[in-house]
Parts: sequence; C-alpha cells; structure tokens
Amino acid sequence: MAGRLKGDESMTEIIAMILAGGQGTRLGELTENVVKPAVPFGGKYRIIDFTLSNCINSSIYTVGVLTQYRPRVLSTHLGVGRDWDMDRKSGGLFVLSPYAAAAEGEWYKGTAHAIAQNIDFIDQFSPKYVLVLSGDHVYSMDYNEMLDFHISKGADATISCIRVPISEAYRFGTVITDNTSKVKEFEEKPKNPRSQLASMGIYIFNWKFLKPLLIEDSQNENSTHDFGKDIMPKLVTDDIKFYAYEFEGYWRDVGTIESFWEANIDLTRSMPALNLYDPSWRFYTHSAEMPPAFFGKEAEVVNSLTSEGCIIHGKVENTVLFQGVTVKKGTIVKNSVIMTNVLIGKNCIIENSIIGENSIIGDNCKIGFGDKVKNEKYPNIYSNGISVVGEGVIVDEGSIVGKNSSIGNFLNTKEMEIKEVPSGKNLRIGGLI
Amino acid sequence: MKVLGLILAGEKGQNLGKLTNRRASAAVPVAGKYRAIDFTLSNMVRAGIKKVGVLTQYNPRSLMDHLGSGREWDLDRKNGGLYILQPYVSETSQLWYRGTADAIHQNITVLRRGDEDYVLIGSGDHIYNIDFAPVFKYHLSTSADITILTKSCQGYDPAFYGSVKTDQNERIIDFKEKEKEDPGDKINLGVYFMNKKLMMDLLYSTVPNGKYDLVRDIIIPNIGNLRVMSYKFSGYWRNIKKSLSEYKRTNMDMLNPEVLNELFPPQRKIYTKLKDLAPPKITSTGSVVNSIVADGCIVSGKIFNSVIFRNVNVKAGAIVDDSVVMEGSTIEEGAKIVNCILDKDVTIRTERAYIGYEEPLFFEKWQVV
Repeated sequence: MAGRLKGDESMTEIIAMILAGGQGTRLGELTENVVKPAVPFGGKYRIIDFTLSNCINSSIYTVGVLTQYRPRVLSTHLGVGRDWDMDRKSGGLFVLSPYAAAAEGEWYKGTAHAIAQNIDFIDQFSPKYVLVLSGDHVYSMDYNEMLDFHISKGADATISCIRVPISEAYRFGTVITDNTSKVKEFEEKPKNPRSQLASMGIYIFNWKFLKPLLIEDSQNENSTHDFGKDIMPKLVTDDIKFYAYEFEGYWRDVGTIESFWEANIDLTRSMPALNLYDPSWRFYTHSAEMPPAFFGKEAEVVNSLTSEGCIIHGKVENTVLFQGVTVKKGTIVKNSVIMTNVLIGKNCIIENSIIGENSIIGDNCKIGFGDKVKNEKYPNIYSNGISVVGEGVIVDEGSIVGKNSSIGNFLNTKEMEIKEVPSGKNLRIGGLI
Repeated sequence: MKVLGLILAGEKGQNLGKLTNRRASAAVPVAGKYRAIDFTLSNMVRAGIKKVGVLTQYNPRSLMDHLGSGREWDLDRKNGGLYILQPYVSETSQLWYRGTADAIHQNITVLRRGDEDYVLIGSGDHIYNIDFAPVFKYHLSTSADITILTKSCQGYDPAFYGSVKTDQNERIIDFKEKEKEDPGDKINLGVYFMNKKLMMDLLYSTVPNGKYDLVRDIIIPNIGNLRVMSYKFSGYWRNIKKSLSEYKRTNMDMLNPEVLNELFPPQRKIYTKLKDLAPPKITSTGSVVNSIVADGCIVSGKIFNSVIFRNVNVKAGAIVDDSVVMEGSTIEEGAKIVNCILDKDVTIRTERAYIGYEEPLFFEKWQVV
C-alpha cells in the first residue's frame, strides 16, 4: 500500500475535493451542532480524519475541504492541516466555504454545485485528475489503486463501488457493469435494486472532462446539482468511458445512530476489520494533549478502547472511551460510546448508550435502562435500543434514562427537575416529547 | 517582561546506568509518553517564554529527535523559538562544555543578541509542573538579584542535592552543594531566575578565570554580595537522574492520582511529541489494574501497578507487575515480569519470567530475552 513516488512536476497530478457539508440528519443530536464529518469516532478521531489520512497515506497532498453546514468544529479541527502534514508550501489543505461573488452570493446547492463553485481553485493547480470524496465515511483505502485502475482503463470517470447485501442496496446508488467494468446502468437509491454494487460516493474524473460538465450542470435550472442524481447517471452512455472500480476492504457509512454505534463497538472486538494499529496506514487526527490512560485499583476493563486522559475506577465492557473520560467507582459501562471529557459518577449503570462530549452524569444514574419501546417522535433516528445523551448535558444524580430515548444537547436535567426520561421519549428544551 | 529560557540538558546522568547509554538524561522517557525535558520546556512555554535555548552535549540524537523544530511546544516561531546550543569548533577553540557556567558562556551570543531582560535557567532532568508567573513577581517584589527555586528537604537526601539556609525573609544565607555536614533545611531545585545583564557580568568575571560551574563558582561565592532569594515550591518535584530506583519511583508516582493531577492539570498542560497512535485496546483476556497505559498499546495479558508506554504489546497470558515498560516493547504469551524496567523495543519471549528483587531488573533497548 505504499504511496507512489512523485517528482515535483507531477505533484498536482491529482487533487482531492472532500465534500464535508452534509448535515447527516439521521444522527439526531450528534449532528445538531456539528457537521457529520466532525462527529467524533473511535476514541480520538473525527469522521473526516479517515478520509484525510487516506489522502496523506496515498500521497495526495493537495486537498480542498468543502464546508457548509455548521463548520465551526470542523474548521477548528482542521486548522491549517498541520496534524495531517498538510501545512505545506505547495499544495496542502484548503477549507473552501461558500462565498459571495460580485453578482450574487450562494450557498452550495448540491455536491456538484459545490465543486463547480470552486473551479478556479482546482484550475490553479491544473491537475490531471480530480478525486471527489466524501467526509462522511469511515474507511481505509489506497486511492492510488483506484487511480491506477482509472488510468489503465483510459477512463473519463471512475466510480468506486463496494459490494453490499442486496437487501441494503436501496440506500445507495447502485451500478451495473459489463465484463470490462464499464458502467451500463446507474440508479440512485433504487426501490428494487438489481445490483449489489453500491457507490461509495468516491469518484475520479479527468479534470478536462469534468469541468465542462460542471459548468453545464450549474447552468441547468432543472438540475439538483448532485453528483449521484444529476452527474453520474448522465455518464452512462456508450461514448463516455465511465468505469466502476470495485473496492474490497473496510468501508462504513456511519449515517445512522445504529450504524455509528455499531462501527464504534466493532473496534472493541478482537481483530476488527478497521485496523487502527497498522503502522503503515496510520490515521492522523487533531487531539488534545493529555497524559496516558489511568486505571485505578478497582478498574475492570475488558474489550474496550481507553484513550489518553481517561481515569477509570469502575467496570468497562465492550466500550469506546474517548479522551479525558472519568468513570468513578462502582459504575458499570457496557456496550457504549462515551465521548471526550465525559464525567460519569459513582454507582451508575450505563448500557447501549452514546454520551456526547463534556456531559456530566451524576451518581447512581441508570442510562439505557428499561423496555425497548419504539421512539414516539423520532422512530427512524433513535432505534435498536440505543440511548443518546447529547453533548454538554448534565444528568442529575439518581436519574433514569430509558432505551430508544434521547436527551438534547446542553440540557441540565437538574434545573429542569426531570428525574426520568422513559424509554422511547426525548428530552428537549421544552420538556419531554 | 521578556525572559530567555535556558535548559541544561547536556548531562549523561551517570547514575542511570544503561538507561543513558544512548541518550542524555533529559531525553529519558518518563510517565508513559513524555521525555524528562518536556516538563521544564512546557513550564517555560506556559510562562510566556518565547525563546528557549537547550544546552546539549552528551549523545544528543534522541533529544534532538524529540525536540525537532520545537513545534509541539509552539516554539517553531519566526521570532525566537527553540535554539539547540551544542559545543562547537571555532577559530580559536574547540572545547566541550567544561561545566554549566562554561556552557552558557560559550553561547553568550544568544544572551547578548536577544532583547530579553531576564534569564530563567532550568534543567532538563526535573519532573514538575509549575506556574512561573508568581516566581517572576516574587523576584521583582523582593528586589532579588537571583531567585532560586527551593523545596523543603523532607524526603530528599542532602548528600544528593544542594541545600540552602535562609533568613526570616527567605534570603539565602548559606548554600551547600551536596554536602552531608550541616545541610540547610531546603534543597536547591536547580532553577535560577535573574537579570540577563547580571548573568552576563557574572559569567565574564568567572569563566575566563577557569571557573566553570554555575553553582560552585558563581552563586555560592556571591551569596554575601548579592541578594539571592529562595522561592519555596511546595508541589511535586523529582530529579530523575539520581538513580535507577529513583527513576522507577518517579514513574510509579504517576499511579498516585494526586501526583497525576498535580503534574497534568488540564489548565497547565505538559506538551510532548505527538505520535497519533490509536487509543489503547484492552481485549477480552486483558486486564489493567492500578496502572497507566499509553496510546497504541494492545493489552491481552494482565497488567498490575505498572507504567506502560506507547505501542506496547502485552500478549495473552502474560503478566506485568510493578514494572516500567517503554515504547514498542512486547511481552509475549505467558511471560512474566515483576519489578523490571524495559527500555524501548525490548521483547520478553514466551513463558520467560524475570523478577527483580531489591533493585529493579533493567533490560536494554532492543534486547530480546
């Protein structure tokens, strides 16, 4: 998986454009205040770290990150790209936000529009290829292998696909190819999928081929300016060399609470598919400077990740603890994702939960406790028995939080005088709903 | 107030044996992910010092590798920043540093050129976390010529440390360097704060006369004529280069939550070279009790009362007790170590058992045993 060696002149053979503006509505409270690529993942990372690290590990050093929805946390995280060695004299990391031009100012209307708005940016590097990526996915991929495929096929455009169960295929764009991997049909989120090959939202285009296409699309008023909906289907003709590259490896779209929870918990199992410990394919991040994790005399930790700054006196099982988490005596944490700087008091029982950054759980609390009742208000978001406590929440001591329930960001249950959030209910600023 | 920081980091640390065969004592790994020098360096940077000179001499490779451009301490600056000051060959001389004062004297250009008014001299071997701002204030409010950091001698053997006696105003009236007879009630922590011009005058008047030691030849002879004040520091403080047991004890101190809190409070961080390793993973057969475990570790065995550095692999059935295990080491299946210090990249083979009795057993870098 070694990156290709490049001389100076081919430094900008390829540039990557990362689409990082999506809200990720199905992550509920987790993306209330941050954009999906900035959602914490795997103990010390944020989701976009995987895409950025893949770029660096594939020797792609010129990267544009397109932001739009609530970019504060993301922009702070990225900085000048120093943590990914992208603070460079030539190339490097560029945060590209929507801007106002002389005539009018516009938000990015869709993924294709976002790239079209930055044609000038791409042109200044005059790259041969443009790699379009999404900052929403957790995966480990060498883009060079895809680029080699693209070059060997003499392609105009290449889409990266992964095989998914046919029952899941309706959630993706699906691709049908001929025996040379040329794309014969492309369907965006089909009701009755006919192919297992799902689009990963990763494309390589010859820039000379893509540029006129983007200009044309941005002038088309009937278009939704989306790669999956508008651009890719148009490429399925005999005279455009549009190929599908089949990726075999770890790739997850952690777009729902359930898949987010699952992908995190997967990391605690032995030999997980995503190897965070591979010295030749390291994932880089911007993390806080904290001392190593401390395990107290009564700590019992199995099958878990415990990050720097953690102080553990309780029992932790099948759980991902992010940086700076404190678990006090007598507390049991199971099958949960506990984010940065969360403080969990004494004698709590926490199961199947996600707890957001900087939250404080008082003593004797029970979270993820009760019957599996369907969430009344948001059945599609909080499901499968997972409870979500947002960021900066203060849960009063002795409180009970049920299954499939949620507590909104920055709420203080003590001030709200709420001792119980029953299963299937959500606590928001106005009270239980 | 502009302050120049100087860190004395040239020593081998004779008493640390093989631990300092390949590195200066300031580069000795400590507390799971740090090097000794991180503490003094971070203390200085947090105090607003923007120019720090590190005086190196003995085998500096490891130290230089660690410091790099000073980026982790925000010392990669356009103005000021990190200065590595090492002995050099010149037209007129080719000399090693003959002592602490000589080391500074050979680099007097850094003092002369800078626009700083004061100089703060520390050592790369000291493990402590201090806010220097009150020290600076104390220096001014007591009209001191030199302010020396001291600490009550309780728990420290005066045979190993310099000791001082003070009058009722905390002015130092007697200073003994590592003498058993009639020691003072405070030990010298080896941190000196003074006016830069004064420092230069003192150096010009001593070093050319063959007097090379900062304490013996500059500070002690001037106790009577200069106003040398003692600033009493009451926090946690250790010098790691005193002995191998002391080195181990310093590491073990991290298992005391109070010490851990005092050394690494969230508002007064200690910075070090980041490696971006994944969080440590405890597997289904692993357990960790009363220990600290750094990033990148995979623990399938059992760890008790130990300090585990980054990227350590403790395999199933292995037992690690009362030990310090440095970066990149592997404890194979069924192996057992008790009261040991493993330097970097050591491998303890399957089913082997090593138990240190009175003194900890030490394994050198890259050893496979």
